[in-house]
Amino acid sequence: MTSSILLSRMVAYPADSNTLARYVDTGGYEALRTALEKMTPEDVAAEVKASNIRGRGGASFPTGVKWGFLPPDIRPRYLVINGDESEPGTFKDRMLLERDPHQLVEGIAISSYALDVQHAFVYIRGEYPKPARRLQRAIEEAYEAGYLGKNILGSGFDLDVTVHVGAGAYICGEETALLSSLEGRRGEPRIKPPFPAIEGLYAKPTIVNNVETISNVPWIVANGGAAYAAIGPETSSGTRVMSLSGHLNKPGDYEIVAGMTWRDLIYDVGGGILDDRDLKAWVPGGASAPWFVPSEHLDTLVTIDDIAKQGSMIGSGAVIVMDDSTNVVGAAHRIVRFFSHESCGQCTPCREGTTWLERILSRILDGYGRPEDIGLLLDVSDNISPGLSWPPAMTTICPLGPSATAPVVSIMRHFRDEVEAMIPAPAAVPVGAESDGSGEVVGG
Amino acid sequence: MISHWSHENQQRATRLLEQYPEKRSAAMPLLYVAAHEHGYVSDDAMREVAELTGLSAAQVQAVASFYTMYKRAPIGRYLVSVCTSISCYLRGADAVLSAIEDETGVLDGETTTDGLISVEHVECAGACGGAPAVCVNWELVEGLEPDKARELIAWLRDAKPEVVLGDEMQMLFGGRESFDWGPKELEGAIAPLPAFDPYGTAKAEER
Repeated sequence: MTSSILLSRMVAYPADSNTLARYVDTGGYEALRTALEKMTPEDVAAEVKASNIRGRGGASFPTGVKWGFLPPDIRPRYLVINGDESEPGTFKDRMLLERDPHQLVEGIAISSYALDVQHAFVYIRGEYPKPARRLQRAIEEAYEAGYLGKNILGSGFDLDVTVHVGAGAYICGEETALLSSLEGRRGEPRIKPPFPAIEGLYAKPTIVNNVETISNVPWIVANGGAAYAAIGPETSSGTRVMSLSGHLNKPGDYEIVAGMTWRDLIYDVGGGILDDRDLKAWVPGGASAPWFVPSEHLDTLVTIDDIAKQGSMIGSGAVIVMDDSTNVVGAAHRIVRFFSHESCGQCTPCREGTTWLERILSRILDGYGRPEDIGLLLDVSDNISPGLSWPPAMTTICPLGPSATAPVVSIMRHFRDEVEAMIPAPAAVPVGAESDGSGEVVGG
Repeated sequence: MISHWSHENQQRATRLLEQYPEKRSAAMPLLYVAAHEHGYVSDDAMREVAELTGLSAAQVQAVASFYTMYKRAPIGRYLVSVCTSISCYLRGADAVLSAIEDETGVLDGETTTDGLISVEHVECAGACGGAPAVCVNWELVEGLEPDKARELIAWLRDAKPEVVLGDEMQMLFGGRESFDWGPKELEGAIAPLPAFDPYGTAKAEER
């Protein structure tokens, strides 16, 4: 079942869904007016809490609960919108920013009113200049029309919004790294606690929420938190935008209500597997998530809790589908290479471990795998995330390192025979030949 | 203020510094402005950003060296970034990168001898539904097959567009998109930097 909260305007008005005129014409900024004129900040926060909405960035933390962590007496407070969308497979925030930026701007204004914030920031990844431009124009239009700036709609409430463009670092999607980056530092995660709600931007109380999460706020205020909570299963309320990619006939962004099966999502919504091939595996929630396979998971449900119970996560809602022609070592290597490249380098298990994993997978791909590499891959993974359990145990400040073990553990669990088959018997490796680590066979 | 910067960039720098409660937060935006002034993030560029933000040059260098999009050596006028992460990999990105390397005559990480085109692979460009994807000066082309990638390179060489427009490249060379792109986008990139008006790196061009 698909339902439309976030995408309705862009579907109905594809040519100008990003403009203020179209936004206002379709009821936009009425929720802000309602909030400012008829509700107290506490009323607004109560509606968000009642909606049961859980964060759409990856961690699925209940937004209303997060808002409740702000200490009551410390000012200023900041709201930071996480638009650093960089989890491989994810491209939903890009669409929301490009095609309906005012929905986010109104969500920011309402949320800032609820949180008593006078300065909000939107951190957008550097690879997204077009989404940043669309949002910047929307913000300028909103200032001009009195939806941002001083004394918004005559309410006495003031709000400034600044767009900050990143420069190519996945780690800045981690909220404390994002705050470091926004402070003009290297994007290195910080040890939690203190959580940002207590000590965030400039060490002030800060709420960090995802673009999609806050884009839902106008609807929640307009229709009530209870109406939002009534959509979908109790613990996966509302709609969410799933990014489908890989070997599908119809990859794309789809707004769904949780509770359908994976079979429905992949074969109905995603249009089935390219060239009528068979499904081999899929990543259910972004590159950090352990993989699912048809024999075990195809008829399980797409909800936050069902996926967690099966040992993975819905994460950022990014589903990456692999057909039966996929070399799983190649696919796992590509994901591990990503994490190895994006490791910030602070923690040894992540910095060294992801590099080792990448190099071992690389030499297996090159045809120079060693029999002991199977054990070595698992041992290195276990040193990054002891026990290889789910959710992953941590030896690091942030979850990036443990995320890199997900594809490794997944191929070992589901496709160990394929990995072993790629490792030649010792005598077959020419004397003196070595892998150059490029993933291409050289020498020998 | 940095006196040898253009008047417009001096004004931009002032506005950017005013946008943040603490000046150091403007370091990343100002690195883009400085990179545009100097052509890349040179040592002078980093010193100037340090002067503007009150950071030390070493602190600015620490920032600049952390992020892959700050290029600390000269690069081509057109930066061709091929996404080779998992979704693009599954849809043939390695063949796209090979085609581009072959057509330009340079390898991943290199620049053509005429200084026109730099080629690099990048981690996830956020265009997974339109894989394989390529960015030129961070403007996107989706569903770019290897043959069309060659044509894109030839077009950059011949047409030498002053403003790199995503819509134009998508129309000429692209295929499946991650989602319907919807409204036309008239602004594009004038440098191998993200095209964003407050940084002075974007320009509109009607064609």
